[in-house]
Amino acid sequence: MAELRALVGVKRVIDYAVKIRVKPDKTGVVTDGVKHSMNPFCEIAVEEAVRLKEKKLVKEVIAVSCGPKQCQETLRTALAMGADRGIHVEVPESEAERLGPLQVSRVLTALAQKEKAGLVLLGKQAIDDDCNQTGQMTAAMLDWPQGTFASKLTLEGDKVTVEREIDGGLETIRLKLPAVVTADLRLNEPRYATLPNIMGTN
Amino acid sequence: MLTCDRYPVRRLPFAEVSEEDLAFFERIIPGRVSTDPCELKLGNVDWLKMVRGCSKVLLRPKTTEEVSQILRYCNKRNLAVNPQGGNTGMVGGSVPVFDEIILSTALMNQVISFDTMAGILVCQAGCILEQLNQYVEERDFIMPLDLGAKGSCHIGGNVATNAGGLRFLRYGSLHGTVLGLEVVLADGLVLDCLTSLRKDNTGYDLKQLFIGSEGTLGVITAVSILCPRKPKAVNLAFLGCPGFAEVLKTFSTCKGMLGEILSAYEFMDNKCMQLVENHLRLSNPVKENPFYVLIETSGSNAGHDEEKLTNFLEQVMSSGLVTDGTVATDNTKIKMLWALRERITEALSRDGYVYKYDISLPMEKLYDIVLDIRSRLGQSAKSVVGYGHLGDGNLHLNVTANSYSSSLLKAIEPYVYEWTARHHGSISAEHGLGFKKKDFIGYSKTQEAILLMQQIKGTLDPKGILNPYKTLPSSSS
Repeated sequence: MAELRALVGVKRVIDYAVKIRVKPDKTGVVTDGVKHSMNPFCEIAVEEAVRLKEKKLVKEVIAVSCGPKQCQETLRTALAMGADRGIHVEVPESEAERLGPLQVSRVLTALAQKEKAGLVLLGKQAIDDDCNQTGQMTAAMLDWPQGTFASKLTLEGDKVTVEREIDGGLETIRLKLPAVVTADLRLNEPRYATLPNIMGTN
Repeated sequence: MLTCDRYPVRRLPFAEVSEEDLAFFERIIPGRVSTDPCELKLGNVDWLKMVRGCSKVLLRPKTTEEVSQILRYCNKRNLAVNPQGGNTGMVGGSVPVFDEIILSTALMNQVISFDTMAGILVCQAGCILEQLNQYVEERDFIMPLDLGAKGSCHIGGNVATNAGGLRFLRYGSLHGTVLGLEVVLADGLVLDCLTSLRKDNTGYDLKQLFIGSEGTLGVITAVSILCPRKPKAVNLAFLGCPGFAEVLKTFSTCKGMLGEILSAYEFMDNKCMQLVENHLRLSNPVKENPFYVLIETSGSNAGHDEEKLTNFLEQVMSSGLVTDGTVATDNTKIKMLWALRERITEALSRDGYVYKYDISLPMEKLYDIVLDIRSRLGQSAKSVVGYGHLGDGNLHLNVTANSYSSSLLKAIEPYVYEWTARHHGSISAEHGLGFKKKDFIGYSKTQEAILLMQQIKGTLDPKGILNPYKTLPSSSS
């Protein structure tokens, strides 16, 4: 049984199917009372981590979310999908607006070291800001190799082979663990959170 | 294969369309008279590809006045007319049997008004249901009905067939939600009952006659309908049940614990799941079970609804009524779960030739008929499935085979209808009678009732030009 711990970042964003409306004072978009859910790429990252655990290549899946109280819903979804633990880094609503990739990657770096994670799995970008920076910054801060836009991931011993979707097509790279990998759309199809698990998280 | 070749039906002595007729129509609706064989081909065949007419003329009026002039002329000339909406009907009622003129509402697609205070929508009969839903959703309302055909069906057709659908459990029948109608009668007379009032007890409620009349008493040209407010919180639970008894007990528990927030209760058997998995590549979100139940809640307060739903789910899971399930709160997942139920019809079409039955039965007996038919047909059928609006006591029983077979048909009919009649059920819960089921009306209605219906038809359409060969058995039989 592997000793590898996977740290998965999950972000709470406005649901992908919602029609976005700009606030009347034009300072942002309406978020009050609007349906939120886990960022689709984060879902794919969680799914991949859980699959690795099911294959007994990963020992523990730890989900992390930074933000106000409602992030706990997102963490519950991750737990219901099969994550073992959820860590909520609470940031009050007033300051949450200023949370960006730089701040989140600092948090993930600290947690990866504290939890002795060997693999950090993130979504390639969030659908609200489309920054596509957190994974890369986290890898730089940890001084770990990175495999971004992963459409295929294979763990073999202390190495991970990542097939990446790039402009010219597909690129395959091999990284030595510990490493940061960001998930792209075709990495997998996330499972539905099933009731017994959902009940367990309440 | 033409309907008239497959089924024993003789053309009634209507006139045949002549060059003068075409010229007249061209004067009334210039550029919208079609005799193009390709366009006619689509209009002559129903969605299920079970019936095929041989009409040579397709008319596309834009206004009620045009419909009125067309019908007045056809009545005088004794030309048969087939009103056609989205052509998504399940009983062969929307396409010609012979060469009836197709009167399409496709271009009567304007919204006339929407009262945002009362939620009353007034629109022409050719508006597509899904588009109407989008229109009122932008104004914070929803249509009171929803069905799998929403992307193609017209509201006029929905009203003419008294369509049921997935929201029936919560919002009720079109007989309740339709406030007014504008109908053109067989002789061209425009009957304006298009009021937008909730309450109006002044005389006989004529619009009720036309709702569900399947285009045989008049052509609906405009509809006034009451729309409910868009729910702020919608949740969908997809559950697996070990047996039909558990499906029923879950429904009972559901009504007790979810009560007023329940908006849909649908069920499907495992064979349905296999069909959508195989033919449409959809994936089962839960463990394999003999039955699956879809429960939708709609309410105005997310927290309140989630709490009720969580309590309900805890109850049914701990008591073993439900062995597995998943819950969706966001739109994308909700649509994906609904697709498993809404696209069964599509998967069945891909499985082969479909024998389709839509019956109302007492709830405890609802699935017995599926088991009975399955064992009765044995190997001669490819798939025998049951699914439907359990909450309304409405079963969709479907049998598929590789191709049409009259011997298989004989094994199913009239056995299915006799079974239904024995339990005082309806041989057509929501699909209507159309062409396919008109001769079986006797299984669910008395002779006196049928006679009165024929008298009413005779009064409103003495020449019988509106949608002939359908809905009622001919007076002589």
